[in-house]
Amino acid sequence: MTVPDRRPVPPLGPPPKVIRPDSAERALATGLRVVAVRQPGVPLVELRLRIPFSGTTVTHPARVGMLAKTLLAGTARRDRVAFAEAVQALGGSLHASVDADRLLLGGVVLNTALPDLLELLGEALTEAAYPAREVGVERDRLVEQLAVARSQPSVLAREALRRTLYADHPYARELPTPRAVAAVTAPRLRELHTQRVVPAGADLVLVGDLAPERALDQVETALAGWKADGAPQAIPVLPPIVPAAVRVVHRPGAVQSSIRIGGTGLRRHDPAYPATQLANLVFGGYFSSRLVSNIREDKGYTYGAHSRIDHGAAGSTLLVDADVATDVTAAAMVEIGYELGRIATTRPTEQELDDVRQYAIGTLAMSVATQAGLASTLSVLAGVGLGLSWLREHPERLARVTLDEAFEAAGRVLAPAGLATVVLGDAERIAPGLALLAPVEVVTNAESPRP
Amino acid sequence: MATAPTLRAPTYPLERVTLGNGLRVILAPDRTVPVVGIAVLYDVGLRSEPIGRTGFAHLFEHLMFQGSANLEKLAHFRYVQSSGGTFNGSTHLDYTNYFEVLPSNALERGLFLEADRMRAPVINEENLANQISVVKEEIRINVLNRPYGGFPWLQLPEVLFDTFPNAHDGYGSFEDLEAATVADAWAFFDQYYAPANAVLCVAGDLDPAETLALVERHFGDIPARPAPQRPDFGEPAPTGQRWHTRTDPLVPNPAVAAAWRVPDPVGDLTSYLPFVVLAEVLSDGDAARLPQRLIQRDRVAIEVGCYLSFLGDPFDVRDPTALLIQAHHPSGSSAATVLSAADAELDRLTADGLGPDELARVKVRIATRLLRDVDPVLGRTLALATFEQQHGRAELLAELPSRIAAVTDDDVVAAAATLVPERRAVVELVPGERA
Repeated sequence: MTVPDRRPVPPLGPPPKVIRPDSAERALATGLRVVAVRQPGVPLVELRLRIPFSGTTVTHPARVGMLAKTLLAGTARRDRVAFAEAVQALGGSLHASVDADRLLLGGVVLNTALPDLLELLGEALTEAAYPAREVGVERDRLVEQLAVARSQPSVLAREALRRTLYADHPYARELPTPRAVAAVTAPRLRELHTQRVVPAGADLVLVGDLAPERALDQVETALAGWKADGAPQAIPVLPPIVPAAVRVVHRPGAVQSSIRIGGTGLRRHDPAYPATQLANLVFGGYFSSRLVSNIREDKGYTYGAHSRIDHGAAGSTLLVDADVATDVTAAAMVEIGYELGRIATTRPTEQELDDVRQYAIGTLAMSVATQAGLASTLSVLAGVGLGLSWLREHPERLARVTLDEAFEAAGRVLAPAGLATVVLGDAERIAPGLALLAPVEVVTNAESPRP
Repeated sequence: MATAPTLRAPTYPLERVTLGNGLRVILAPDRTVPVVGIAVLYDVGLRSEPIGRTGFAHLFEHLMFQGSANLEKLAHFRYVQSSGGTFNGSTHLDYTNYFEVLPSNALERGLFLEADRMRAPVINEENLANQISVVKEEIRINVLNRPYGGFPWLQLPEVLFDTFPNAHDGYGSFEDLEAATVADAWAFFDQYYAPANAVLCVAGDLDPAETLALVERHFGDIPARPAPQRPDFGEPAPTGQRWHTRTDPLVPNPAVAAAWRVPDPVGDLTSYLPFVVLAEVLSDGDAARLPQRLIQRDRVAIEVGCYLSFLGDPFDVRDPTALLIQAHHPSGSSAATVLSAADAELDRLTADGLGPDELARVKVRIATRLLRDVDPVLGRTLALATFEQQHGRAELLAELPSRIAAVTDDDVVAAAATLVPERRAVVELVPGERA
């Protein structure tokens, strides 16, 4: 059959010029580092305050989780509602969240009201009251929220993988236990605030329609009173990953199996990191990857398969995930194992490498082309000691990666022999098939939570 | 309140052209970042799928990614991503969108990709079978294997509405999905995917004259065919409370959602906007009324939300549609207790009116959120395309803040007064074995 009007796919134009937004940085006497970037898309300013907040005790996740839920629930001057109304009146929002590394206060405000939002932020940092009634409300709520979270396969699978990968490291205990939450009191939160909500080691990022130096002056004025003593706690580096039997976590009646595979990643500042980033993209890091083409677009086993490198203060981890129909669980594991083995042992093509290189460079540029995207990215980078210059230089690093380097990186990070696997699903239906591929250890969910 | 606040509006220059084949084109240049967004919206959504083919509009959206006249399977994804861009599509009640966001040097390539599938998608047995499998996995991961999955957008319409287009499950039954044929797909394409039934929006780092020439080059010779007449999906509102209880073995805690019919968002925007403001009064954070009452004061709920439209976007839906209140609560409190507390707060609002600065605060928050949503080029592209598609006026994006500013305390109180038990449909979700 002839096609009368074959049309060529248009070539790309010359790369758009890179925009270097105005920025300014300042280290305050209190230890707080501040960066302000002018990105005048809309008349707003995005704010991210990152306070290092890792801890090694088993009850730490509960305490920091409760602190995040009540930090903005009233100050010496205003109750919870009055504080929220004051933020709302600025067209603003302010939220606290936590992960294993940090406490994050994130928000947005009309640019003309930035000094007012900074004042309110300063008020919360220096005068948070942790009213006993609000602590009680949030304690009960968090226990219920955790029950809802732990009903979700994605949460259960993540917890199971983290326990497998990180053993006794604090990263294995991400979510609080209900019992530890129930034990948190208002006086204990006030004490934790005094010890840990301190400017030393903290990073504040402002991005938006602002004048950088002026914004830094506004920060210096508004947060002058936040000068508590204290220092962040160091977090132990991640333990080496020990591959073992495939751990099947039983979820009776599950209609899908949540496959989760983890391995040791490379940190962003490692010279080989750009090569591992590209190798991972070829394998499973974007829609056009080998893994998605295979188990979704060819076999129809899954709605989505992903592979990414997760960066924490304690180290970096490769994470592969796919949720597949129960009946094809073993078959999907065969294909995932095949693609991992293939990328680790045979060279990718120049075309594959060029595709992911352009994808990585283009999507990085686009992700920081929004106020919120740039603010969040800079905040994350600040947590591992990197900043605007890393962001500006990274495209060049990606451009220099050779085929040999990408191949070598794949062998280092994606080789199946170095990876650990967890499958959450109906063990009665999936374990026999999985056991044909590799040794299998079946555990029940009840064995999972720790005190 | 004495004066309405001046709210900052997201304003972009707009150019509008209709091609000879009927394709409506909106351009919104803004050269502050080197990114372009491209969106094609077709005027067909979940409400238009035939009886016996639930889920078909969404399944068809998947088929539009499976290759086209000049692109083999997987090529669409590869061309977008190897240009440094990202893509997706989504199926809504009243439209289906396809979009890319790209570094601006890939503008022409993006236009080519959209034009190629508007001209001639590749639809065959192999791709159909593959995507039926993929969609079934999508439903498993988002609904069947996930506690609270699809709640309440998949369960509440069948209680609030009586007619198939409005009431059915838009994700579809496996039985209907598996029954879909290649012939169904071609009929659907022929009927709904005509250029005259679509809007193309291109926003961001572009030159309008050059872009118009590119649009004409790639889309101009797609043959014209008539756009279908959109049916009237209107139906009477409930006249008494409707209450449906579902037991679900997967959920650890109960949840409840209630929906009330609201004015026509397109035909009567002026009457609709007070409900948009009301939803914020009721649910925007710790300063809002339902969290204060249900979570902090009465302690009967864990989470509570209030929003317009089953899919959560107040401006992407036509009549008939709804305002929803949704709460998760501990097993110790009942759905009736939760809704009684919400009723009490609505009564208080109706009786006492809004607080002194309440309306002003809420309006400025709405305006900020709108600005924040359109700062990303993609968010802006989709918003403009949707306003053009649903309202015939992309200009509404810039006008919304002043329209919101014109809403009065009395308007909001009057809207709240319509949210009575006798007009609502309720679904409660209870832990336990299915009956």
